[in-house]
Amino acid sequence: MPRQRASEQAPEERNHNFLEVSFGFDEARALVEASRCLECKDPACIKGCPVNINIRGFVERVVEQDYLGAINTIREANALPGICGRVCPQESQCEIMCSLGKKYTPIAIGKLERFLADYEIRHDLFRLPDVIERHDEKVAIVGSGPSGLTCAAELAKRGYGVTIFEALHAPGGVLRYGIPEFRLPRDILDLEIDRVKALGVEIVTNFVVGRTATIDELFGEWGFSSIYLATGAGTPHFMGIPGESLSGVYSANEFLSRVNLMKAYQFPEYDTPIKIGRQVAVIGGGNTAMDAVRTALRLGAETAYLIYRRSRDEMPARHEEIHHAEEEGVQFVLLTNPTRILADDRNWVRGIECQRMALGEPDASGRRKPVPMPGSEFVLEVQTVIEAIGQSPNPIIQATTPGLEVSKRGTVVTDEKKETSRVAIFAGGDLARGGATVILAMRDGKVAAESIAQFLGAKRGAAGNGDAAPEAAPAGV
Amino acid sequence: MLARGDLLEARFPILAKWLLAPTVAKFVIEAPLVARKHRAGNFVIIRINDTGERIPLTVVESDSAGGTITLIVQAVGKTTKALCAMEAGQAIRDVVGPLGNPTPIERVGAVACVGGGVGTAELLPIARALREAGNDVHTIIGARTGELVILEDEMRACSSSVTVTTDDGSYGRRGLVTDALSALLAEHPEITVVYAIGPLVMMKAVTGLVEPLGRKSVVSLNTIMVDGTGMCGGCRVTVNGEMKFACVDGPEFEGSGVDFDELIARNRTYVDLERIADERAACQLTTAQGAAR
Repeated sequence: MPRQRASEQAPEERNHNFLEVSFGFDEARALVEASRCLECKDPACIKGCPVNINIRGFVERVVEQDYLGAINTIREANALPGICGRVCPQESQCEIMCSLGKKYTPIAIGKLERFLADYEIRHDLFRLPDVIERHDEKVAIVGSGPSGLTCAAELAKRGYGVTIFEALHAPGGVLRYGIPEFRLPRDILDLEIDRVKALGVEIVTNFVVGRTATIDELFGEWGFSSIYLATGAGTPHFMGIPGESLSGVYSANEFLSRVNLMKAYQFPEYDTPIKIGRQVAVIGGGNTAMDAVRTALRLGAETAYLIYRRSRDEMPARHEEIHHAEEEGVQFVLLTNPTRILADDRNWVRGIECQRMALGEPDASGRRKPVPMPGSEFVLEVQTVIEAIGQSPNPIIQATTPGLEVSKRGTVVTDEKKETSRVAIFAGGDLARGGATVILAMRDGKVAAESIAQFLGAKRGAAGNGDAAPEAAPAGV
Repeated sequence: MLARGDLLEARFPILAKWLLAPTVAKFVIEAPLVARKHRAGNFVIIRINDTGERIPLTVVESDSAGGTITLIVQAVGKTTKALCAMEAGQAIRDVVGPLGNPTPIERVGAVACVGGGVGTAELLPIARALREAGNDVHTIIGARTGELVILEDEMRACSSSVTVTTDDGSYGRRGLVTDALSALLAEHPEITVVYAIGPLVMMKAVTGLVEPLGRKSVVSLNTIMVDGTGMCGGCRVTVNGEMKFACVDGPEFEGSGVDFDELIARNRTYVDLERIADERAACQLTTAQGAAR
């Protein structure tokens, strides 16, 4: 039986709108797909999932048409299934481990997860889990991206009071400002966030930790017992080539924030403007680059180039997104690196000069290093340039929190339990990893929640002389 | 301690409003967290409603105990016109801050403070802080015409001297602030630092004037901003050949290092779309008024 495919909006239609590209599985296809599962004794797929969802377990329940059981199996490990089913790079995680993939094609685990998340919404199946025990301690979470939301949900389920502080006016982090609506519809995002709030998590927006209040003030006058830092990697890199200050040059962060967070694609109904040329160049090969170049087409660009210095095989973006971009008419300019951006007489971009590259020996990352080919320069005529070449952590918290150890790359240093160099402060997601994936950020949030619960439990045990049940004390020693 | 519950779904009420000039309004806004942390030179990003854009505004003064901040706004485009039309009792959707680095305030002896247009409002907290630090403050206020001169009394209260200039000579001295500054610097050789806030062309001219005289200029750059927290680079400027983000590295820089021409060009990026938004808003207003009649 072949792997089932979800139906999609036609490329020539969807590249003019911001509606979701994939429609996901219907029930019939989900059942066929789930029935392909070999039900391995020692399922490797579960090890491939960064949050170790019981994949075999939920797929079996789909086969039995116990969809409520299936979604609740996922929810035991993952608070944001509607998001992960859409944006995880399954081909390099759960699905690459699938035994069926060794000879045939792997189970479409991501699409099944998404089917269940959608089914749960359609049939209003979500119920709040019971909180076994309430605790007095309050935990502050800095940043409302996937890592912060996950940590918050896990701690709330354990009975802690949780407040998330978010710098922007709306929660979600990269899910809100970065990932476009055609990959992650905003009603899904809003719903998942509402469910985290329904667990009792407070989200305070417009609050820049480090400016509005420092970490030490959150411990002191605000009365928090522990803090999880999950501020991501939001500072954009620029290439450092001539012409980057011209009008028409954007970081992908600015371009995507204007479109996704501020809804500039609905200007002038929304007040934030965006400008796009007839020809657009996006630089980079990751998911951010794919999001930017596909967004440019939807804003009306006639030609959208994706300039990447390595070859297609080395692109870090999800296979599905590269494939979608290609279908939508994005022109891939591979083994090519920009050398400067050219100006017209009004200081607007008129073109981008590039150089061809060849692949040399593997570098430290294990990928073959691109080497410039002298004399191969050529100019692409474009009026907009969007740079999606990577991000590093925003330095505000590191600079305002004494004693917090930070690496040379600007990431916060943590141990495997996500504990930082300062007592009671934990960190994870892109802030600790540099730019990574949504699911790894969520995994860190889960691990940190466990560590924070342990830390607070130990503190309570140490302070609670006499209060604890006498027979419990020796067992803990 | 603040009640955290109050911050959820926070809106920021306008407690009082005055018109300082026909197109300039002063607002006192309830924003206790910003008020507690505000220092001279800080700004906030505001969004007036759910379809609004995020715009940066300098905090002119704050009352930490009362939990309020004061903003002074000139109506120049759709958002600022809509804001200036708001009244006490209404609320701003989002206010975040304080953002940017506070102005480093040192006792250097004598300083000049030069404000152009609504930049005078941004200069006021700095002039006050410089005075409180024990500096002799000489102030120059420039405006296109007499009715646009703002905050003259407040500036007098913290300055040793105040010169008002208008382009058309309708009030004070006729001419540009740079003319008055030349005279001031000649008269007061002890002035070592000039703080200038106003339109970019004015700050560029002030820098061009004081540099050759061996004095230092400090300017506050008004760039295009989106988030105001360093995550987009929309506010990037070239300072001493290096790319800086005005929202986190500034907004103040020593004028001598700033590539003003580049920034002036960049700030024109959305000029046509800004006009479309503005005209469309004005058109809707006219229709609504017509319908009301």
